[in-house]
Amino acid sequence: MLTIRNLRSYYGRMQALKGVSLHVEEGEIVALIGANGAGKTTLLNSIVGLVPSLTGQILFLNADITHQSPREIIRMGVSLVPEGRQLFAPLTVMENLTLGAYQRYRRKEKSKIKSDLDTIFERFPVLKERRSQVAGTLSGGEQQMLAIGRALMSGPKFLLLDEPSMGLAPLIAAHIFQIISQLHQQGTTILLVEQNAAAAFKVSNRTYVIETGRVVLQGASEELLHNQEVKRAYLGREYKEVWE
Amino acid sequence: MGRKNILSLLILAGVILALPLGLGNSYYLNVLVFVGIYSLITIGLSLLMGYTGQISLGHAAFFGLGAYTSGVLSTKFGVSPWLALLAGIFVTGGIAFLIAAPALKLKGHYLAMATLAFGYIVFIVFNQASSLTGGPSGFGQIPRFRLGNFLLRSDVHYYYLVWTLVIVVLLVSLNIIHSRVGRALRSIHEGELTANIMGVNTAKYKIQVFVLSAVYASLAGSLYAHFITFLNPTPFGFHFSIVLVAMVAVGGMASVWGAMIGAALLTILPEYLRAFQDYDILIYGSILLLIMMFLPQGLFAGILRLIKKER
Ligand SMILES: Nc1ncnc2c1ncn2[C@@H]1O[C@H](COP(=O)(O)OP(=O)(O)O)[C@@H](O)[C@H]1O
Ligand SMILES: [Mg+2]
Repeated sequence: MLTIRNLRSYYGRMQALKGVSLHVEEGEIVALIGANGAGKTTLLNSIVGLVPSLTGQILFLNADITHQSPREIIRMGVSLVPEGRQLFAPLTVMENLTLGAYQRYRRKEKSKIKSDLDTIFERFPVLKERRSQVAGTLSGGEQQMLAIGRALMSGPKFLLLDEPSMGLAPLIAAHIFQIISQLHQQGTTILLVEQNAAAAFKVSNRTYVIETGRVVLQGASEELLHNQEVKRAYLGREYKEVWE
Repeated sequence: MGRKNILSLLILAGVILALPLGLGNSYYLNVLVFVGIYSLITIGLSLLMGYTGQISLGHAAFFGLGAYTSGVLSTKFGVSPWLALLAGIFVTGGIAFLIAAPALKLKGHYLAMATLAFGYIVFIVFNQASSLTGGPSGFGQIPRFRLGNFLLRSDVHYYYLVWTLVIVVLLVSLNIIHSRVGRALRSIHEGELTANIMGVNTAKYKIQVFVLSAVYASLAGSLYAHFITFLNPTPFGFHFSIVLVAMVAVGGMASVWGAMIGAALLTILPEYLRAFQDYDILIYGSILLLIMMFLPQGLFAGILRLIKKER
């Protein structure tokens, strides 16, 4: 579904990605882990066209989207849940969701949008309850659900999630991972960026490990979970917390 | 558009109709014509500032372009004032587009700086192109509007003309705000990057709103020219651009109603403060400072909050 070849992304003269290659097959859920500043967000932003300066090749469904605008990329079925949610805080839950379907109103898919909205409200009943509440007043977990709901409103084939568990209490984070798992089982292809490596390994089929702009390790999540080096670098204390 | 807004519009229309009955053909009516003219500009500015988060320091120049295009065409070339008004809108809108396209692609304060520079250039042109504009001393005998054979002569006539147009502009603006486009504009204000990944064409909307606000200012300028019937460059300088931004900030950026309240306050206040003679500027400044300190969201939001508390 997604193939990235030798991607180099730049912020001015600073090179944030130094030749990343990876692929995600249809129906997969792939995790991308790495320390702060490794370039995970840059990679996701590059895919959706938010990083203006890059070289290499990004193919989505066999089409070259390397230098397309975010609008065109979203229209093809890619949707991003950005780091830190990035909700439109003074707007209501409903307005946030409606903005998620912004592209589709132009294409007059009213009835399909309505049914997608119903599905999202079924998945996140709390959003239905709070639909006229202002997004900024939701709790952290609710905000993440809204961010995911908003991304789903564009009707994506391919969902990118940037640290969806960030800043959430463990129980709530677990609930979010459950939702991600469900979305995957229901047919959405997912690329998941996480700092919580243990949880990422658990929900994903394959994992890429990225360090200072380069992919340093990749493989089946199951296998990486038992890799000594990964254990030491990424699972350390966190790993114990989860398994003890 | 929301029931509240429709109700507010109806109330406004009622007040507008009734006011001249009480005020007669007085000095106050003349002030209200100016409040209406300035409201046209601030409504557009609030769309630009409050809804898309862009700041313009050059709207006095758009106001001036409308006024001068209208004045020059009708006085020196015998064009009818209505046609001259339309020409002003096209000229000003076109120029606004030419500035906005490059300036809005850049982030941050580039638009503010570009409009600031643009304002100066326009001001210099008004002063230097004396064969057309009469230079610093200006020119007069600009014809007034006609409706068929009826010549709009008095303040009351202009009062009704200006405020009818204010209502039309309000209707158009409220419709934009409460549409899908309005939601997109607010998303740009809240976070341009995120708006982009919703698929909002942020660059296009910013340009469109900028041009629309310039067109409103041009309309205001034409009304001004055919009302005062005399033009010189002074009212269209940098100072007035700042006053316009202050009007929007004081009234409340994120609301077209606030923008009108700001226009009214900053037009009427100096008239009353004249009684204090040399201290008027001091008192004027203090009032603005106090409003911004205690009601940073502007007067309109402050009033709304008061009403809610009362309930
Ligand atoms: N907008 C930006 N401008 C300049 N440098 C940036 C910007 N965003 C990220 N960076 C830099 O790029 C590198 C990768 O950042 P990022 O992709 O955010 O990492 P991660 O998401 O893995 O924490 C970091 O060194 C960071 O400082
Ligand atoms: Mg990140």
